[in-house]
Amino acid sequence: MDKTVEISRRGLLKAGALGGMLVVGFQWSGKSRAAAMPASLAPNAFVRIASDNSVTIIAKHLEMGQGSYTGLATILAEELDADWRQVMVEAAPADAKRYNNLMWGPTQGTGGSSAMANSWKQLRQAGATARAMLVAAAAQQWQVPAAEIAVAQGKLSHASGKQASFGDLAALAATMEVPKEPKLKDPKDFKLIGKQKLPRKDSKDKITGRAQFTQDVKLPGMLTAVVAHPPRFGAKLKSFDATTAKQVKGVVEVVAIPSGVAVLAHGFWAAKKGRDALKLEWDETAAVPQGTPELVAQYRALLDQPGAVASKTGDVVEAFKGAAKVLKADYYFPYLAHAAMEPLNCVMRQDKDGVEVWNGEQMQTVDQAMIASVFGIKPEQVSINMLYAGGSFGRRANPASDYPMECAHIVKATAGRHPVKLVWTREDDMRGGYYRPLYLHRVEVALDAGGQLLGWRQRVVGQSIMTGTPFEAFGVKDGVDATSVEGASDLPYAVANLQVDLHSPRLGVPVLWWRSVGHTHTGYAVETMIDEAAKAAGRDPVAYRLALLDKHPRHAGVLKLVAEKAGWNQPLKAGKKGEKRGRGVAVVESFGTFVAEVAEVTVRPDGSYKVDRVVCAVDCGIAINPDVIRAQMEGGIGFGLSAAMHSAITLKSGAVEQSNFHDYPVLRIGDMPRIEVHILPSDAAPRGVGEPGVPPIAPAVANAIAAATGKRLYDLPFKLS
Amino acid sequence: MLKLSINGKTHEVDADADTPLLWVLRDELGYTGTKYGCGMALCGACTVLLNGQPTRSCSLPVSAVGKGKVTTIEGISGAPARAVQAAWQKLDVVQCGYCQSGQIVAATALLAQKPKPTNADIDAAMSGNVCRCATYHRIRAAIHEASAIMAGKASDKLEA
Repeated sequence: MDKTVEISRRGLLKAGALGGMLVVGFQWSGKSRAAAMPASLAPNAFVRIASDNSVTIIAKHLEMGQGSYTGLATILAEELDADWRQVMVEAAPADAKRYNNLMWGPTQGTGGSSAMANSWKQLRQAGATARAMLVAAAAQQWQVPAAEIAVAQGKLSHASGKQASFGDLAALAATMEVPKEPKLKDPKDFKLIGKQKLPRKDSKDKITGRAQFTQDVKLPGMLTAVVAHPPRFGAKLKSFDATTAKQVKGVVEVVAIPSGVAVLAHGFWAAKKGRDALKLEWDETAAVPQGTPELVAQYRALLDQPGAVASKTGDVVEAFKGAAKVLKADYYFPYLAHAAMEPLNCVMRQDKDGVEVWNGEQMQTVDQAMIASVFGIKPEQVSINMLYAGGSFGRRANPASDYPMECAHIVKATAGRHPVKLVWTREDDMRGGYYRPLYLHRVEVALDAGGQLLGWRQRVVGQSIMTGTPFEAFGVKDGVDATSVEGASDLPYAVANLQVDLHSPRLGVPVLWWRSVGHTHTGYAVETMIDEAAKAAGRDPVAYRLALLDKHPRHAGVLKLVAEKAGWNQPLKAGKKGEKRGRGVAVVESFGTFVAEVAEVTVRPDGSYKVDRVVCAVDCGIAINPDVIRAQMEGGIGFGLSAAMHSAITLKSGAVEQSNFHDYPVLRIGDMPRIEVHILPSDAAPRGVGEPGVPPIAPAVANAIAAATGKRLYDLPFKLS
Repeated sequence: MLKLSINGKTHEVDADADTPLLWVLRDELGYTGTKYGCGMALCGACTVLLNGQPTRSCSLPVSAVGKGKVTTIEGISGAPARAVQAAWQKLDVVQCGYCQSGQIVAATALLAQKPKPTNADIDAAMSGNVCRCATYHRIRAAIHEASAIMAGKASDKLEA
């Protein structure tokens, strides 16, 4: 079938089937490899079954650690009744017609914990289609009714004793009619979905060093580019002198581009030495003037002024007039870098057909359009090889396509003479912008004499992520960026009078979503304040929350489960002499998934603390891969803890003060608590798990510290002493 | 020309003396399993064995390697390495995978020295290896599993 060739036109990437480092440079010959492929059944854009009995599942979503390749393969293989061992995963090309994210409209990309949710029905149908065609082929070959044919673990069989593998029937099946509405399984018949331990498809390559990341791509004639960026946001290049840089052995070219000056060399080290040898003058007249203290002062003033209304129920002003007790707190959340382990990079080559890109690609359609605009070509002339990303946490899904655009400008400035690998150093990555915005919150809560919630008022101040991007029309309404207030504007707790408003100051510091987006800060403010309210009411924090969650049974479900599994109603074991121990809880829904976490904390006499144990309960609908879900909760907890305990980006006169892991510390193994994850059984359609583990951990730990010491923490990262 | 012993093979490389071993491995010799993460010996993604000792190749000038024997993720072998890789696969430790070559090399070195490490031993030996996916929970468990494999309690074979 010609479809096979079309799908595989460029950049065939078979997880599990790539050779080692010695074949780097030769593995991208997608055309010849596809042509040499055995006869195969490829009834749709998502699966190809070859006569060698391999089942190749085409993944439209990026694998950046969250387990998407494994999850997507599980859904399709389930309906196909494939043997998990015969299943391979291949990255889809950039083509929004076939591979758009169904939750994003006509756009291909990965994010918002949407991979499983939007692929669920699509891949079940894709698998069922292929299965039906195999069955039809067997029925024809064996001259038996299709209804009498059984399929299990990659084999078709009939009571007469006839048997065939998928591979045996692939060629004949390809000639069968493609069914329009193939029958899907009853979930009770699932054999792979929900199985406790289905091995990840990317494990082996990643433990042998064979997995291919963008950093590992080497094309014939390729040069490595390292770029000198402006020292402050908003500064521009005034002039540069490359004389010394060009004397560095291995440096080939030096070119000015809109984002700075690029040094191209044979290999990274020469490029970096060349970059460091540049003499640069910057025009800083339009540079961001503020440092973090000035920004915080500016934001604090806004906390006293009404903002754009994001949510309004009842009359909060009246509610506060009738309050027996009012709680009030201001919160500070710093800028945060994503700091994925693989610093940003991109490989690009221009040829007569257009431009070919190798990237840990998270937003194909946007990047295609943006890159095309640099070269004055059509978006479809930009082909993209989606490689594994060494983490992302949102950074590689940038509506501004910053680093792919930078790579495009370098290729253009050098007239396409060489394939280019753009490599950002860790320092470039840390200082290059696109942070979780700095936010301040003010939360005020009115309680009656019995401690019941009368009113909730929350004001958020922080830059809008969506404004000025193609997502603005979709995500910003009446001056409210939904991602700035999500989790607060839709407060789950029953309160008759609620008002949430927002200030979105405009500022030249580039900002972006960061794993779990608005919930990184709203989840903290809401879940620590509700804990304060419970305390003020003299009620147990779990019971107090449950009483307010009548209309939110799935919040209540994970809360009850986590309390049970954590032994919430049993006393916490005492610490050593002088130590204080505490237990805290938080529950947050994000991206349609519900997560509750209980943290146990020890605070030592010197004010240092350790998170000893975290119990997590998650309801993400049908659990496709329970072990991947557990891994994402564990990792999400660690990622959230990293920010709660350690990390902050600060500015001085519009320049980032941090540069690497010594001054932007992140979680290390010694800080990692013991973690237990419990998955709530569910019949609901599956939702994502990449992000929802993050939001509850910081408030759970803060609430535990408050339980231990009485001290409430309003600024992140935590400072106890 | 410098002579380097990598994974038991001798390579001749033409690199400036100050070039970190990491970039010679990656850009000159194609051993791309060893990763660049920070360039300052802060994250451990570039960990290789130098004469059996875990070493940050991003901060080691190639001229300082001398006759030392370098082992990368592509070349690790022996009982501890087999046990670590089998345990990593069995527990599906990896997420994005970018730091895992360094984690595996560091864990291999630990188990070669201490076949039955405690949690405290593990935390101390692995504290230089950052994982932003925070797979630490499973790294700890996998090192204990590898220890059990080395003691003959489970298989050290990798699944296909």
